[in-house]
Amino acid sequence: MRYTLLLHYPEMDAQALGAEALAEGQRAFASYAATLHQAGVLVSAEVLQPSSSTTTLTMVEGALAVQDGPFADTREQLGGTFVVDVDDLDAAIDWARQAPAIQWGAVEVRPGAVFTLDGAWQPNE
Amino acid sequence: MSAGEARAAAERTARASYGRLVALLAAPTGDLALAEDALSAAFEQALLSWPRDGVPGNPEAWLLTVARNRQRDTWKSAYYRAFAPLEVAEGQGRDALHAVESDVDAIGDKRLELLFVCAHPAIDPAIRTPLMLQTVLGFDAARIGAAFAVPAATMAQRLVRAKRKIKDARIPFAVPDRNSMPGRLPAVLEAIYGCYAMAWLDEGWESAGQLDGLVPGADLSGEAQYLAVTLARRLKNEPEAWGLAALITLSMSRRPGRIAGEGKFVPLGEQDTSLWDASLLAQGEDFLRMAVPPGPPGRFQLEAALQAVHCDRARTGYTDWAALRTLYAALLAVAPSLGAQVALAAVVGRTDHPEAGLAALDQLAAAGTATGGPAVVAFQPFHAARAELLAQAGRAAEAAEEFTAAANLAGHPAVRNYLLGRAAIIRPG
Repeated sequence: MRYTLLLHYPEMDAQALGAEALAEGQRAFASYAATLHQAGVLVSAEVLQPSSSTTTLTMVEGALAVQDGPFADTREQLGGTFVVDVDDLDAAIDWARQAPAIQWGAVEVRPGAVFTLDGAWQPNE
Repeated sequence: MSAGEARAAAERTARASYGRLVALLAAPTGDLALAEDALSAAFEQALLSWPRDGVPGNPEAWLLTVARNRQRDTWKSAYYRAFAPLEVAEGQGRDALHAVESDVDAIGDKRLELLFVCAHPAIDPAIRTPLMLQTVLGFDAARIGAAFAVPAATMAQRLVRAKRKIKDARIPFAVPDRNSMPGRLPAVLEAIYGCYAMAWLDEGWESAGQLDGLVPGADLSGEAQYLAVTLARRLKNEPEAWGLAALITLSMSRRPGRIAGEGKFVPLGEQDTSLWDASLLAQGEDFLRMAVPPGPPGRFQLEAALQAVHCDRARTGYTDWAALRTLYAALLAVAPSLGAQVALAAVVGRTDHPEAGLAALDQLAAAGTATGGPAVVAFQPFHAARAELLAQAGRAAEAAEEFTAAANLAGHPAVRNYLLGRAAIIRPG
């Protein structure tokens, strides 16, 4: 069963964070990914660029609107995702609470419904 | 066999086995709604076949087999196949079915796993007890809604949402390991106690002649007690689980004493202790002895100890009010509640002087007003305790007024009648 761990946290640029904290965060993420991989549960992971670099598309009265900025303008932003394949919610929660991002934000555990394999939809089981 | 007899047999099995069967049916896939639907279809089927063919030798296994077939029909349906892996669901179903056909008891009891599912941290705390009442003990949404002062449709909707979450997020049917137990156990104990408290309010008021064993829900407090005891036994060394088992068992032992002839309510202090169930009482005391905490005793152990002190009157002929006072003070330290504060004030009225108890109650009311809460004014035990203390202090007119106020807030007609009777007797001139 696949679960996506959605990391939400307040955004800070590298300058505000400081070189040391940045390096430490990167080490923590590297070790977390390696642990998930070794346990054989990591499907994929991605850390996103800050929401200042995001672009949002909507249809406004039948016309495409392309706008600078995120869809939801909140203090916490989606910063990254980990997809894990585990037996059940308890196992997913166990991995989620070890995510380094829990130190500075929220980790949401969301079960997947379907995913693609070679372009075809597969049920999540 | 008549339709009536078949219905009675089906209802007996339903009451005795509902939660057990739902847990077995739902455990492989986590689909509680489908398990409940399949089981109710099986009960309908029983009402058709049993009058014709007789009640099967093992009604539980019969119902489980029919319900499994229903589940399989659903799994094979086109809609379900589009969303779920048939082989997995069916494979798990088949394993369980074989186990059932060989020996129903050999599968064990999945109700404990179901309890931990219902009280899982990923489930909204407000829906945990209702979910247990429905899936483990078989209450319907209307009855649960009434108990929680929520419209039936709203309650039904919340239950459906919780069951969907259990299935879609795949909350496992498992008893947590030692590490996660401390975080998971309190919610389960709380919810089982909620089931018992509701059953206790609901039952036991019919006079003995009317209670013919077919009253729906007549044995629900017995079911709650069974769950508490089984939980304690399975967990072995959890003092609070033994505390809850003791609390419920001791409280149940006094049940036969609270109703006199014609369904009249008898308050604890006036109950004839020879009517209490001596074997339940002894069992409850044993459970309390099993609760050996490494640290200070928890809430359920203290509440069980309070029950044990009351039950001890059967042996000694008197109530040890000093012990009650110590225990209530300890209870307020670990689990403060309005109920325990009112009870402590009533005990102080006994050990010191009625006026001392009244002063403690006045303090509670003043504190309630200060925090802006209507809690004390609407809290029935507050008025009942105050009425009793006023009567003991010889303030008859005020006592009559408080007995009437307590009667108007009473949940059960028998309690209301009793309090109105006290008001009428004490009212001056």
